[in-house]
Amino acid sequence: MSEELRPTVVMDEVHIKYRVVLGSGASSAAGALRSLIRGKAPAQVVKSVHAVKGVSFVAYEGDVIGLVGRNGSGKSSLLRGIAGLQKLADGDIYTSSQATLLGVGAALNKSVSGNRNITLGGLAMGLSRDEIDELRPSIIDFAGIPDAIDLPMGTYSSGMQARLRFAIAASRQHEILLVDEALSTGDTEFRRRSQARIRELSGHAGTVFLVAHGHGMIREVCNRSIWLDKGVIKMTGPTDEVLAAYEADMEGKKPTA
Amino acid sequence: MTTHDDNLALVEKYGLKSASVTQTLRAYLRDTWNRRAFISELANASSTQQYADSLIGRLWQLFTPILNAGIYYLMFGVLLGTRRGVENYPAFLIAGVFAFNFMQTTVTSAQNCINKNARLVSAIHFPKLVLPLATIYQQMQQYIVTLGVLVVLVLATGEPLTWSWLLLPVVIFLQLLFTTGFGLMAARIGARSRDIGQLLPFFMRTWRYVSGVFFSITVFTSHLGHGIGQYLTLNPGAVYLDLLRDVLMQTQTVSPSVWVAGVLWSFSFFGLGLVYFFRGENTYV
Repeated sequence: MSEELRPTVVMDEVHIKYRVVLGSGASSAAGALRSLIRGKAPAQVVKSVHAVKGVSFVAYEGDVIGLVGRNGSGKSSLLRGIAGLQKLADGDIYTSSQATLLGVGAALNKSVSGNRNITLGGLAMGLSRDEIDELRPSIIDFAGIPDAIDLPMGTYSSGMQARLRFAIAASRQHEILLVDEALSTGDTEFRRRSQARIRELSGHAGTVFLVAHGHGMIREVCNRSIWLDKGVIKMTGPTDEVLAAYEADMEGKKPTA
Repeated sequence: MTTHDDNLALVEKYGLKSASVTQTLRAYLRDTWNRRAFISELANASSTQQYADSLIGRLWQLFTPILNAGIYYLMFGVLLGTRRGVENYPAFLIAGVFAFNFMQTTVTSAQNCINKNARLVSAIHFPKLVLPLATIYQQMQQYIVTLGVLVVLVLATGEPLTWSWLLLPVVIFLQLLFTTGFGLMAARIGARSRDIGQLLPFFMRTWRYVSGVFFSITVFTSHLGHGIGQYLTLNPGAVYLDLLRDVLMQTQTVSPSVWVAGVLWSFSFFGLGLVYFFRGENTYV
């Protein structure tokens, strides 16, 4: 049945590796000097991590896809790969348009007002000033902060900040939207509205990828899911089946946790 | 058929594009130009943040250069007496300090701009050239205010307003081009190695001392023979300082070779810096 649908993301045998700096090898200047004399790099211990190992997957328009798996299973790396923010070690990822990671919070500045942050975030996403001004009222309304909009964002509660971030990111139609646990904050009411917004976005011939801690969210909105285990796809399919298998697996291994 | 073949067939049929295709320089510059509103908004937000907790806010942009001028005059003009052989030393000194500070602050902050915005770089897709340009634009806004202070102070020291003042925008433009190019090189190097950030202050201090910020290079190097002073006056640090003094002060004149050096430094650094930063685009993620 998915044959008639248009593919939006094709992952072709994707490998992602990155280097992590484990921190300073030496704890003092004298220690750093000693290791330099012994011919070792004094400052950093670097380790290479093979985060994603040969993932192939095709997503279609209208898909809302949940990514599940333990911490370090490669979910976030894969999302960043789709957004073109992560160099691939091998394979390739093809998209119908530039995918947007719902990470606009990184562009915002706590010293300036909510209003100016809407401008800043919108420009970061590639909107024009006119488009932003058009969307502004609905963003303020969605975030539910009309009284605080001219105050510096640093004065907001963490819940208000999270709502504003989501409202800015979700204000425009993204053909491919990537959500990484952005919805874990906020009250139940806001959670319900943001779930509705995600469904609405995918309804407009878009595709959404969702990484969330709570499986409730994924069960609610995702039609398909991918279970990643140590960088490899362990299972894909309808969300109910994947979650059931994943949860059964988690239960079995619980004693270690 | 393998999965790989299936995938490529789909990609072909629906015209999907790989994210890892390298852009041409022209497309890259066009993308950056389309982001110019983002550049100015980043610069403005950063300026607001800089003075967020102070009572008088952005008025510091005006007071900081005035205080700087006063301190340097006290140190070098009154206490150390490096005024040797310079007429209207206060104007000479203040022009030098302001012009050099602009280059130093801009290059230093450009060097750090990718690391400072690491979260933004890892979350949103945009030409990374936006980041050093926003930093440089922010410093440029400060420099315009500083130049206003400079003009008032220079006139107050008794310099007459002459036709040569019309060349002031030309000098500033050349200096800005050079500083942008230098800043872009520093931005790529700084993104690659944080050790550079530790070394940069030493380089800057050396550069400051050989650029004749506080003293006349020709007077102070006269005991070294002709050659060394000549080379020092053609280093870009000294060139833009002397050009600025040349247009603002009657008693300071430069040879045509300094003008030529100013043009050459600015266009070559700007071009090289742009290309060098662009070549590193894929390494900033």
